Amino acid sequence: MSSNNNMSLKLKVWRQENENSKGQMVDYSLEDVSPDSSFLEMIDQLNEELVEKGDEPVAFDHDCREGICGMCSMMINGQAHGPESETTTCQLHMRKFKDGDTIAIEPWRAKAFPVHKDLMVDRSSFDAIIQAGGYVSVNTGNAQDANSILVPKTDADLAMDAAACIGCGACVASCKNASAMLFVSAKVSQLALLPQGKVEAEQRVLNMVDKMDELGFGNCTNEAECEASCPKAISISNIARLNREFLSAAVKSRH
Amino acid sequence: MSTSLVARFGTSVVKKVAMGVTGLLLCGFLVSHLLGNFLIFVGADAFNLYAYTLTSNPLIYLAEAVLLSIFLVHLFMATRLVIENKKARPVPYYTKQPTGRGATVASSTMPYTGLVILIFLVLHLLHFKFGTYFETTVDGVTMRDLYKTVIEYFKTPLNVAWYVIAMGALSMHVSHGFWSAFQSVGFNHPKYTPCIETLSKVFAGLVFLGYSALPIFCFLQGGQS
Repeated sequence: MSSNNNMSLKLKVWRQENENSKGQMVDYSLEDVSPDSSFLEMIDQLNEELVEKGDEPVAFDHDCREGICGMCSMMINGQAHGPESETTTCQLHMRKFKDGDTIAIEPWRAKAFPVHKDLMVDRSSFDAIIQAGGYVSVNTGNAQDANSILVPKTDADLAMDAAACIGCGACVASCKNASAMLFVSAKVSQLALLPQGKVEAEQRVLNMVDKMDELGFGNCTNEAECEASCPKAISISNIARLNREFLSAAVKSRH
Repeated sequence: MSTSLVARFGTSVVKKVAMGVTGLLLCGFLVSHLLGNFLIFVGADAFNLYAYTLTSNPLIYLAEAVLLSIFLVHLFMATRLVIENKKARPVPYYTKQPTGRGATVASSTMPYTGLVILIFLVLHLLHFKFGTYFETTVDGVTMRDLYKTVIEYFKTPLNVAWYVIAMGALSMHVSHGFWSAFQSVGFNHPKYTPCIETLSKVFAGLVFLGYSALPIFCFLQGGQS
């Protein structure tokens, strides 16, 4: 659908053949972009043009396109998920840009997030951290009565806020140190705050922090760019909780 | 695998705690050093007697050794963190914009302001502690006339300017470092964190004003000691 408000854009997109090749920013011009289209639809439009010309389309990750899957990782004009706060790339609309704008699009940059191709990065480091302890062990047997485990409302709310993390990696991407502290702190907090998670809390926090360090993420310097870039506004107070949990576990642990 | 705190000294959390705790201890030194130096305003005898009392106590060597250790841990950890953090992003961004809602000028320049403070500290010790030695007599006791050393040094406007600039860097450094230390040791609370953040700014302001007042006051003495 075309209207008079449609925009012309200059795009600078990171193109990289595979993990081992050296990538570069490539310039594209895109006409007739509807301000009502989402950022991903704009890239779809670019890809259609590239395919028609016989060129390789830009590879990018996307899944739900409704802001909850955490796949659409890209750095837009130097900001994770673009200029809007608490917004994933798929929920960013082209009306936030102006006709004639130049938009630079890059993949997340971190040693622990190697680039697969173009804008796609491998975020399996996050999976490895979860596997190190981001779960509760549920043994078989009948489910007990829900009311037998009391959870204070404030704790439930805080746990829910932490559980809002979609694991998109914007915290790592926006952190100048490529630190994964916000992600790990959210995953530790959502379980540490609840009785079901307290059972394995000590070993969980130790294992998850060890794994995070082992994977080559940087160290947190408390700048809060992660919180500001997080599409789910996860608070850095979770990082303080992670630090508390870790210190207490390191002192108390019998292992 | 041993999971004691000592065995975990290399983990990111413990490194941050080490930075925070040593940083806060150094903030404590800033307060005591500033209060002691305020005796310059009282006069030459008061200041010299204070310096003499401090340095003639044999425990000063222990205190200096502890202070040096704290500083070295802070410096060692900072260097290690900077190197590790650079390694964590081997390929830089084509363009990177701060959100404007997180990082501040103070927070993003910590290694640079830290470096200015390190250079300042070395020169500071050379100029004063190991600077020109004058003697004076207070109440019949012969002691070092440190007051004269200070006044002589701050006769030169350039020395005053460098001191004030370095204190600006120090002030910026502690404005982020002070509240950041609490966050690193895990102290974050909706009731107290806003107070700590405000206190951090107030402390940074007082450090700048207090420490800058000293060279300016000395300069205004026009070399008269």
